[in-house]
Amino acid sequence: MPKYILLLTGMFITLQSPVFATEVVDTTLQGYQSQGAGEFSVDAGKTLWNNEIIHSKSPVTRSCASCHGNDFNTTGKHIKTGKTIKPMSPTANPKRFTDQEKIEKWFRRNCKWTWGRECTAQEKGDMLLFLSKQ
Amino acid sequence: MKKTLLIGTFITGSIFASLVYCSGSGEESGGITGWSKASRLDVAPVNNELYRSECASCHFGYQPGLLPARSWVKIMSGLEDHFGDNAELDPDSHARLLRYLVKNAADLSNYKRSRRITNSLSPDEAPLRITDTLYFKRQHREISLTRVKNNPEIGSFSNCIACHSQADKGSFNEREIKIPGSRRGWN
Repeated sequence: MPKYILLLTGMFITLQSPVFATEVVDTTLQGYQSQGAGEFSVDAGKTLWNNEIIHSKSPVTRSCASCHGNDFNTTGKHIKTGKTIKPMSPTANPKRFTDQEKIEKWFRRNCKWTWGRECTAQEKGDMLLFLSKQ
Repeated sequence: MKKTLLIGTFITGSIFASLVYCSGSGEESGGITGWSKASRLDVAPVNNELYRSECASCHFGYQPGLLPARSWVKIMSGLEDHFGDNAELDPDSHARLLRYLVKNAADLSNYKRSRRITNSLSPDEAPLRITDTLYFKRQHREISLTRVKNNPEIGSFSNCIACHSQADKGSFNEREIKIPGSRRGWN
């Protein structure tokens, strides 16, 4: 019996302690710097976010905003699949940027889908910093 | 004598209670408890956590038993362009999911609809979409495409759960169909 109580208490504590986006963002940014990136800038991140690319597979240009929208506090919609995308702002969506693996997974997928290539550590850092301030 | 009767009643009662409990819990959990349960469901429900988090977080969690293994192999080899989006996975997750999908594919399943889907395909056919299988088309031929497309709550034939209220449990029974915006069932 005490084992169960301990387990339940453990589960309760785990559920109660939130993972802060800021901590995960900091660790991720440090990781990019260890891969050779320099200082990160919000302005550079903003420019990259709005960067319109002519894609061989698309009749319209693609940018991050194509699917995520221009308002970081509301949901976006994938222009190709129609999938709803939760808000990018950590304020509107507290789960955003709380899982480093997820950040990497979606950078890999979305950089390739939008720009046709993987993003560099510098580009990812700039964009992540810009988004984390929204 | 009285004592024996009391013990006897107690034992019989316990056996009865445990029997009721077992069958009851089997029904509620939605899990597979025996052949009878399996045959009542249409396809085996998803029972893989990685599949739920990696695939069913973006779209309806199509049960592996809705397509043959050769289809899953093809789908998993083209995740870079997964129906218009990039859905690439890390190598470990990719291998684990492919294994799960192939192992539980329609052509290896004994479930009713899985068998019917398999039987509707020629051996060299490897459809990427469930909606492309002959069985699916036959089952839905009375539903017009415009009716599906014009209903914002459905949007596409691939949105199973929009009308099949128990689709996520592997059940596609006609009685469970609820067309959004309509008080009627499938017709």
